[in-house]
Amino acid sequence: MATQLKDTRQTQSLPQGSVSWPLPPRVRPDLPNHDGKYDRATLEAYLASAPLEEVDIADPLWWETDTNHVYFRRLRAEAPVFFTHVNSNRHRGFWNVTRWADVMAVDTNHQVFSSEATLGGITLFDMDPDFIMPMFIAMDPPKHDVQRKAVNPIVSGQNLASYEALIRERTQEVLDGLPRGEAFDWVDRVSIELTSRMLATLFGWPQERRRMLTYWSDVSTADPELPGNPSKEERQAILLGMLQEFTLLWNERVNAEPTNDLVSMLAHNPATRNMPPMEFMGNLVLLIVGGNDTTRNSISGGLYFLNRNPAEYAKLKANHGLVENMVSEIIRYQTPLAHMRRTALQDTVLGGQLIHKGDKVVMWYASANRDDSVLDRPDEFIIDRPRARQHMSFGFGIHRCVGNRLAELQLKILWEEILKRFDHIEVLEEPERVPSAFVRGYKKMMVRIPA
Amino acid sequence: MIKIIYVEHNGARHAVDVPEGENLMEGAVQNNVPGIDGDCGGNAACATCHCYIPEQWEALTGERTEQEDAMLELADTMKPNSRLACQIKASPALEGLEVHMPATQH
Repeated sequence: MATQLKDTRQTQSLPQGSVSWPLPPRVRPDLPNHDGKYDRATLEAYLASAPLEEVDIADPLWWETDTNHVYFRRLRAEAPVFFTHVNSNRHRGFWNVTRWADVMAVDTNHQVFSSEATLGGITLFDMDPDFIMPMFIAMDPPKHDVQRKAVNPIVSGQNLASYEALIRERTQEVLDGLPRGEAFDWVDRVSIELTSRMLATLFGWPQERRRMLTYWSDVSTADPELPGNPSKEERQAILLGMLQEFTLLWNERVNAEPTNDLVSMLAHNPATRNMPPMEFMGNLVLLIVGGNDTTRNSISGGLYFLNRNPAEYAKLKANHGLVENMVSEIIRYQTPLAHMRRTALQDTVLGGQLIHKGDKVVMWYASANRDDSVLDRPDEFIIDRPRARQHMSFGFGIHRCVGNRLAELQLKILWEEILKRFDHIEVLEEPERVPSAFVRGYKKMMVRIPA
Repeated sequence: MIKIIYVEHNGARHAVDVPEGENLMEGAVQNNVPGIDGDCGGNAACATCHCYIPEQWEALTGERTEQEDAMLELADTMKPNSRLACQIKASPALEGLEVHMPATQH
C-alpha cells in the first residue's frame, strides 16, 4: 500500500484554467464504425479488454450507446479509485470513484470534498469560468444550507400531500389523451409533458409556456461541442434570456404577499432575497434541471425496463401493490444523474489512492448502484427487490436530492394510473439516448398502446 | 432483545424486539414498522429515519453527532429532540424506549 501511495505525481489533475475553449479534439479508440455510428457489441468488447488507462469514460460515446457498465464493472473489481489521464487536455484529468462505500465516503465528507462552483462545481467538466452560475448544489456550508432551506418547504411531505390530487388529475389527462394502436414518442408525449407541467406549477410559471422550461433545462445541460446544440456563446445568451423572464416574475412577487411557488419563496426568504442576478439564474437552472431531466428520464426508463424484462412486467400486472417498490428500483436502475463531482480541498487518501488538493473526484452513482458488494444481483431489474430504497441515485449527505419525495410521488401516481388504463405498452425499438456522462436519459422512445 | 416502541405521527404504536447492539433504524425496517425508511443504510447520510426522543430518555440515547446534525438541519420538521434512529443502538438501558416519528420523512 505504501508504495502505491508514493508514486502519484502522474495521477494529479491539471490545474484549473489549464483547459481552454475550444477544447482540443478528443482522443478515441480506433474502432470500426459507419459514419461515426458504432455497433454496441464492438464497443462492449473493447471496454471489456482495453487497458483501463486507455479509456475516457467521460466520452459521450459510452453513454449514448449505454455501454459504460462494462468499464465500471472492471474498475470496481480491479481499480475502484482510478485516475483518468486520457483526454486530460479536455477535462484536466479526474478520479473515478466506483464502489458504493467509496462514493458514500466522498458524498458524506463535504469538509474535504467541495462542491464549490468557482472550483469547477459538481459536474465532471468544470463550470464555464466565463459564466459562473452560483447555485446551492454547487456551494459548501454555511451558504448552501441557508439557500437550500429556502426552497425545501415546497417539496416537504406536508406540501406534497397538497399536490397529490393535482398530479393525479394531470396524469389521467395526459394518459387519456394518448393514441391507441399507433406509434408515438413516449418521451415527448408523457415524460416531458408531465414533468414540464409539474415544473410550471412549482415555479408559478404560465402552463401554456411550460415547454420553455424543458427547453432551458435541455440547453443548460447540452454539450456545446455536439452538432445541433447551441454553442457556448449561444447557451449564455439563451440562459440570460431565461433570467430576464424570471426577473419579471421576481419583481412581481417580491413586493406581493408570499405565494407557494419557488420564485416567491426565493424572493421572500432573507437568505436568497438579495441574490445577485447570476446566482438567481444559477438556482433557477438547478431547480429546473433538478425537477425536469431526472424525473423525465425515470418515467421513460421505467417503461423501457419493463419491456426488456417481461417477467417483471407480468409480476407488476398481477400485483399493482408493487408500484411503490418498483419506483425505487426504476430510480436505481436508471440513475438519471450518472455522477456528481467534487474537488479535494486537501490531500487525502481514498480507497488506497492519494488524492491531491485540487483534484477532481467523480462519484459514479451509475457504478455504485451496480456494486454487488452491497446489492444482490445489481445488474438485474427486480421490481420487488428487498430494500429497494437503498440506492445511490439521490446522492447522500448534505447535497442529497431535495426533490426525491416529489419524484417518487410523480412516478407512483403515473404507474398507478397506467395500470388502471392500459393492459400493455409496447416499446417498439431501442430508445435514442442522451450523449452525456452526466444526464443519463432518453431523447426519444417510440411506443404503441394496443388498440 | 430490547423492547422498543415506535410511535407513528398519528399515534399508532408498534412494539418491536430489537436485538441488542442493532440500531433503531434497522429495528424498524426489519420489522416493517411504517414511517422509517433508512435509505442510506445507517450512515447518517440521509434523514429518512428521523425520530423524536422523549425527554426522559434523552440522557440514555446520547447526543446528536455532527453528521446527524448536518442532515437533520435540512429536514423541515427538526426539533431539539430530533435524532436519526440509525445512530442509536439498542441496549438494555433502552428497554421500553418510545421513539416518535414525524408526519413525513425527507
